[in-house]
Amino acid sequence: MTTVSDDIVTSSNGLGYTSASAAHPESLVKPPAAPTAGEDTIEIHLEFGGGLHLLFSSQPRHTIRLPRFVTESNTPQPTTMRHLVKWMKENLLSEREEMFGDGDGVRPGILVLVNDADWELEGELEYELRDRDEIVFISTLHGG
Amino acid sequence: MPPTPCSLCHTARALVKRPKTGQQVCKDCFFEVFETEVHNTIVEGEGIFNRGERVAIGASGGKDSTVLAHVLSVLNKRYDYGLDLYLLSIDEGITGYRDDSLETVKQNQVEYGLPLKILSYNELYGWTMDKIVEQVGRRNNCTFCGVFRRQALDRGAAQLGVDHIVTGHNADDIAETVLMNIMRGDIARLGRCTAVTTQSEDTIKRSKPFKYAYEKEIVMYAYFKKLTYFSTECIYSPDAYRGHARVFLKDLEAVRPSAIIDIIHSGESFVLEQSVQKGMKAMQTCLRCGYISSNDLCKACALLEGLEAGLDRGALRQTQDSGIAAPEGHRTIPKYERYGAQTQTQVSSEGIEKAVQAIEIR
Repeated sequence: MTTVSDDIVTSSNGLGYTSASAAHPESLVKPPAAPTAGEDTIEIHLEFGGGLHLLFSSQPRHTIRLPRFVTESNTPQPTTMRHLVKWMKENLLSEREEMFGDGDGVRPGILVLVNDADWELEGELEYELRDRDEIVFISTLHGG
Repeated sequence: MPPTPCSLCHTARALVKRPKTGQQVCKDCFFEVFETEVHNTIVEGEGIFNRGERVAIGASGGKDSTVLAHVLSVLNKRYDYGLDLYLLSIDEGITGYRDDSLETVKQNQVEYGLPLKILSYNELYGWTMDKIVEQVGRRNNCTFCGVFRRQALDRGAAQLGVDHIVTGHNADDIAETVLMNIMRGDIARLGRCTAVTTQSEDTIKRSKPFKYAYEKEIVMYAYFKKLTYFSTECIYSPDAYRGHARVFLKDLEAVRPSAIIDIIHSGESFVLEQSVQKGMKAMQTCLRCGYISSNDLCKACALLEGLEAGLDRGALRQTQDSGIAAPEGHRTIPKYERYGAQTQTQVSSEGIEKAVQAIEIR
């Protein structure tokens, strides 16, 4: 008990996986649902923690492109977290959908961070996505 | 949505919505309140620690025990508890599950500068969980693991010469256990599972400093502090009953976040009548290995005898009143000798075998 201070140095991402446990990124990248040419798109960075990457081809980080607007009732609406979660279920989830989704949203016990902020402070499913947003999903359901 | 200012410092941007209070706090204030609440749990009443105590942190490499090792290291220094901290890990012998998390614990050992002891089921019982599952199958193997782990932690602590084991059980875990004990009608454990500290004659003191810490906040803390932990699921049959309780609890929390603390409070409010307490078995020590038991044989010795006899699931029904000597040729558990047991004066007569409590280091 001599060297410990409040600034303990770790070399981790704080998400509960190690590079050794994650599949090699290149080998499992899914082709993103390519938006049609010329469409106005945004880039979204996704990361999975707490073992959740196991549901997404064992790949903890994904970069995807989504349309900036979706047309609902004939009017373009900004793309929201609700659209992202739906898109993820349809395009990115590789197994056991019930471990991730619950209705329109995510299962209770999965924490979501939008640019490092608790999504409960950001409007949850109503949050309007912006270009280069970083969204982190962390499962608390796995054993510690 | 405009950024919300922190409701404590009113300057930085709020990044966490606290489930217990609904408060919206920034990162620094979050660390501050989280650590302070754990400190309050530790010092409440007479406090769980004594100055100079040697304390083993039950470390699995998972989020809870890693955050516990971090926070205890910080608080020990900040508030000068004067504790000698150790990491104690149990290797159940589950290939592909514990391997990675033990690597994480070794990493933690370096990061926190704490001595680490790893004790394996193989070393202690002559059986790994892989071998046990091979013999008894996937159903009910959690019973072996739970009984063996609890005793292994006590024995590892005795070998380290520590006075006290702390585990990373959090508020969600405790609320879950309250629900399970109610659903199983396990009145004895219900009365005990909400205690921050448990100790009875001949057992090493055990505490849960995260009793009031929500899982969400532990995960957020690990994430914001970039702590090294490993998230995994046991490859053998998960505890299905606990799984249901967990999902139920998370659903409740989604509707009303205070549900977790409320359930713990409910658990605390159950008081056993004297007549019920009298009906419980008195404690003794296992005639074969010397570990605390409410029968002639402790649960671990009984389970081991069943395994050694080559029984499959029938090993679970091995009686605890066999003779003192193990059958010829059977492996046995080494004699349990408690460090400093002679000097122990605290005696609280809890009339129930604690060894069977399925404690999980997380």
